[in-house]
Amino acid sequence: MFLAILKRLLMLIPVLIGITLISFLLLQIMPGDPASRAMGSRASAEDLQAMRELWGLDKPIWVQYFYFLRDCVTGSFGVSIFHKQPIITLVADRLPYTLAIVLYSTVIALVIALPFAILAAANRGRFLDVAIRQIFVVLIALPPFWLCYVLILWLALNLGMFPTGGVGTGFFENLYRLFLPSLVVGLSTAALIQQSLRAALIDAMKADYVDTARAKGLRGYEVFLRHILPNSLISTISIIGVRVSWIIGGTVVVEKIFSVPGLGSLLIDSIVSRDLPVIRGLTVFFAILVVTVNLIADICYALADPRIRLE
Amino acid sequence: MSLLSIHDLVAEFDSPSGIARAVDGVSFDVQPGEIFGIVGESGCGKSATCRAILRLFGGAPARIAGGRILLDGVGDLAALHERQLAQVRGRDVAFIFQDPLTALNPTMKIGRQITEVIRRHQNITRAKARAAALQLLRDVHITSPERRLDSYPHELSGGLRQRVVIAMALALRPRLIIADEPTTALDVTVQDQILRLLKERRDRLGTSIILITHDLGVVSQICDRMAVMYAGRVVETGPVREVLDSPSHPYTQALLAALPGQVGREQALTPIEGAPPSLISPPPGCRFAPRCKLAQPDCAIGPPPPLHARDGVSSGHVDACILNEVAHGAA
Repeated sequence: MFLAILKRLLMLIPVLIGITLISFLLLQIMPGDPASRAMGSRASAEDLQAMRELWGLDKPIWVQYFYFLRDCVTGSFGVSIFHKQPIITLVADRLPYTLAIVLYSTVIALVIALPFAILAAANRGRFLDVAIRQIFVVLIALPPFWLCYVLILWLALNLGMFPTGGVGTGFFENLYRLFLPSLVVGLSTAALIQQSLRAALIDAMKADYVDTARAKGLRGYEVFLRHILPNSLISTISIIGVRVSWIIGGTVVVEKIFSVPGLGSLLIDSIVSRDLPVIRGLTVFFAILVVTVNLIADICYALADPRIRLE
Repeated sequence: MSLLSIHDLVAEFDSPSGIARAVDGVSFDVQPGEIFGIVGESGCGKSATCRAILRLFGGAPARIAGGRILLDGVGDLAALHERQLAQVRGRDVAFIFQDPLTALNPTMKIGRQITEVIRRHQNITRAKARAAALQLLRDVHITSPERRLDSYPHELSGGLRQRVVIAMALALRPRLIIADEPTTALDVTVQDQILRLLKERRDRLGTSIILITHDLGVVSQICDRMAVMYAGRVVETGPVREVLDSPSHPYTQALLAALPGQVGREQALTPIEGAPPSLISPPPGCRFAPRCKLAQPDCAIGPPPPLHARDGVSSGHVDACILNEVAHGAA
């Protein structure tokens, strides 16, 4: 197991090199001069030249890539023009909020999806099943930004149950303040999990080993908790893995609307302030996160299903 | 006193095209220490009959719609609540399923799957249950049982897995084991070992066994009495030797004639023409009549004929053919 994980980590190196290359080239082919874009049209020629030298923009392209690669390997991911700080410092400040939304929303999603998946599977084909499915389809279809504003208007402004945005200090205050943004992200995750888990549960309920379990005289809840649910959750692990990778880059809108200073907000701010190194560094960092999440998902999958081997 | 006595059992399955009576008025008895074989072609209701005994319909929309299932010392299983029936399952009556590859939970270790049934019915410690599981694996002749306890099902061969399934069934020394085609998914040499294992159990502890199979060879090898089922009904039942040597129902005769190349048998095998009738709207009269070479006009009239004894035979060999009834009646 340990060796297999190590092997997977080594295999990530070429993937990450490819990611740095692509994120570097994507910003290179953007039209215009980064220095003048950064400084605006009223900058003097001398200032522009100084800026180019400062960033190494006067060097050949492969040297620039080498600098970028060096920054990635040393862990700084480059220096922000706007904040005048290593990008890793900016990331370290904001990553906890993004990770919090990712985890929090996944927990909310499981709490919502689990009972409804069980309810739907137990009543498959009947009215309740169809009704639950329709509600979750609507949840997937709702645009997140719209849902954000509805929740702010209704729960935050009208009922005053939640703040309209921002973060606080301490675990419990943030648990409260990050509830609405996490709920928005979590609702569509819940819809995905509910649908796949419902199908997995229906499959498992028909499985022969469930008959074997019942033939042992086990009570209904024992059969469900020990035999049906564990086997159904295996497919949910991969769904969550894919979904979490997606959320990492997908919290941008939600973070912005709820004024959460996470990685998504940082990305938007950097695009607005034309902070090119941050955009580039964040792209690489997002990629690393996604790849890591996938590895974790694979490990969980192998732990949950003894038939799966990490190779 | 019979261990199990089934009277007029009816089991219905909901299907998109209507309600199918997979079991339609089945009656038979199983004596203590007896191996009772149920044979018939696919879909004849042999499996549904046995699943109905413990109400294990595999998640299918099915129910017992009539009849009684009397288990000695317990009462009518068909009248028990699910909760009460769960007490009977595994303890008094155990079930062995057809496919050992799918009958074990793939994500649970073998040991846990065995101790689960023990701990459900007996209040003993984890360690004691594990020791009992170890002994059970030895009883079914599994080598290096300590190692197997911590294996997952996919790490075992089909034959080994069926032994584990049998070990689970034997765990609480049930008085009755229902085995639904326990050897169909296994190759021939393993088949023989598994059958011997079941027979050994009966010989040692007097456990009754209901063996469902479509293999008449298996029936003649280990069963004491047998029932032949067709389209949800028992058409003939009696001691194995009598039924197989002098079958009285035309369906049993046709089934035996369809057996391939037995040693010393020169005649070519004769298939049974046609297909079994619909269980949703079965034909009137004898259900085998449309395919029966001996059918008379009377055969396709009225309710399905009941089982009745042949004249002068007191061994309990009975069949449901009206031609025999007429012949015996006239004699």
